[in-house]
Amino acid sequence: MHIHFLDPFKAIDSPIHELDPRVKLVLSLAFILTTAIIPHGAWPVYIFLLAIIFSIVILSRLGFIFVLKRSALALPFVLAAFPVIFTIQGDPLASFNIGNWQLIISLQGVERLLSITLKSWISIQTAIVLASSTRFPDLLMAMRAIHIPRLLVAIFGLMWRYLFVMADEALRLLRARLARSGDTGLSDKKSGGSLAWRAHVTGGMAGSLFLRALERSDRIYNAMISRGYDGDVRTLPQPPLGSSQWAALIGGLGLLFILLVLSIIL
Amino acid sequence: MFYSPLPMHIPDGFLSVIVSILLWIVSIGVIGYSLRRVNQDLNERQVPLMGVLAAAIFAGQMLNFSVTGGTSGHLMGAAIATILLGPWAGVLVLTCVVSIQALIFQDGGLLALGANIFNMGVVGVAVSYFTYTSMQKILGKSQWGIFASGFAAAWLSIFIASLCAALELAISGTSPANIAIPAMGGIHALIGIGEGLITVGALAFLYASRKDLLDKTSTKTVKGNLVWGVGLVIAFALAIISPLASSHPDGLEWVAEQKGFLDIAQGPLYNIIPDYVMPGISNEAVATIIAGIIGTLIVFGVALGVAFSRRRSTT
Repeated sequence: MHIHFLDPFKAIDSPIHELDPRVKLVLSLAFILTTAIIPHGAWPVYIFLLAIIFSIVILSRLGFIFVLKRSALALPFVLAAFPVIFTIQGDPLASFNIGNWQLIISLQGVERLLSITLKSWISIQTAIVLASSTRFPDLLMAMRAIHIPRLLVAIFGLMWRYLFVMADEALRLLRARLARSGDTGLSDKKSGGSLAWRAHVTGGMAGSLFLRALERSDRIYNAMISRGYDGDVRTLPQPPLGSSQWAALIGGLGLLFILLVLSIIL
Repeated sequence: MFYSPLPMHIPDGFLSVIVSILLWIVSIGVIGYSLRRVNQDLNERQVPLMGVLAAAIFAGQMLNFSVTGGTSGHLMGAAIATILLGPWAGVLVLTCVVSIQALIFQDGGLLALGANIFNMGVVGVAVSYFTYTSMQKILGKSQWGIFASGFAAAWLSIFIASLCAALELAISGTSPANIAIPAMGGIHALIGIGEGLITVGALAFLYASRKDLLDKTSTKTVKGNLVWGVGLVIAFALAIISPLASSHPDGLEWVAEQKGFLDIAQGPLYNIIPDYVMPGISNEAVATIIAGIIGTLIVFGVALGVAFSRRRSTT
């Protein structure tokens, strides 16, 4: 088993995929920032935002179910935000008595929870579309273009390149443990010794993974040196943005600006 | 399966814009400084070493062991990265891991990325480093000294990082402090034990096979032991006080009830604090603790800044 399915990129022919990665990165960040700035309870603007992100998801042809599944990652935090419906004071909607406690659900609290949930859902969909419609090397190029430190981008790039190698290594370790531990696959029969022992074995696996990574980085370094690496990561100059890409960038930013103004007026 | 098991990566929408941007600024500052420091130490070795180790930490998060009833222990890796590589490289490695998790796997938001880097990369690494080096000084470099320091560093790094996340949520008005702090702290106090056990296992493996790797980091101690000692004490106090304090969300009332003067105090007790100090914090005790924690962090940050500017001017 190999772990190439880790890469969320989906090679589909769509207008979103064709957009220049620099434009896409800037617009995604701007969209998430706009979503964050818009105050809680500005429902009309949320509808606009949702409409925009839904149309982007549809345009990207990634499939609504795919995006929905991946966006479930933010759910545990909705749970963390849940108590605000009781703790924010305002017009009471309903109240419960649990023992000596009286819990009052307030209108403002519900508004806050709904706003947070919607905002986080809109933002995470944006991030999903960005990651699934852009190849990682293109994303790295976009990061260089918006002046993220070159060294950091180079480390990102190398990390991405070896992520799959190291993940395969981890999978091999897991498979080796499974083969030796006599796991029956039955949930009622525990495999392995005491808890501390199991943790110790897993720790040994982690230790050997890091040791292999260290040694691999030595070999990679030597290979890079022998090919003329001198600490400077050189990249091809980036092509200028075409007029349609500029139009998309300015149009997108303009739209977000209008939404921000709207949220203040409404 | 491939996202981080820790409920610590805050998604977008849960932090207020001000908190997000402030923590971005702090994180960018620390990353910039770390890049310079690591570049001095490693020069052109930096890119391959950091990149591959970040990939290894990411992959290491897939390693797990079953605890009970379907739950399992995982590795976050801040402590082991710091022990192996030292604090500055640790910051970079964790920054890469957290950034890739957010960018590619949507584990944590993009605007909230600054906060997540701060929690895991800056706080997690700093706590690991101070705990590990300070405890090594006390316990010595014996085998058990290394293991005990490693366990404490791993547990505390997870625990304090989760408290930071809870605090950020509370300040943003997303989750009430008297619920978020004990909930996050409680869950991660348990998760931290798994982290600690795996870290000890990894240290045991490395101690047996490549002892030189463990000796190397302990010689790279940062000067000013007193400062780190005090910092450690503060961190410990934080770890103990804040969940205790917030587990009695109505601390004053609770005390009053115990003393039997609740009836007498009812009126004035609520008049002392007519308004919310912070969203979700309805009593003075918790608010004071939060303010205290923020103050401590600011003071610590300033102290660190001064210490580093002095270091640079002397070298």
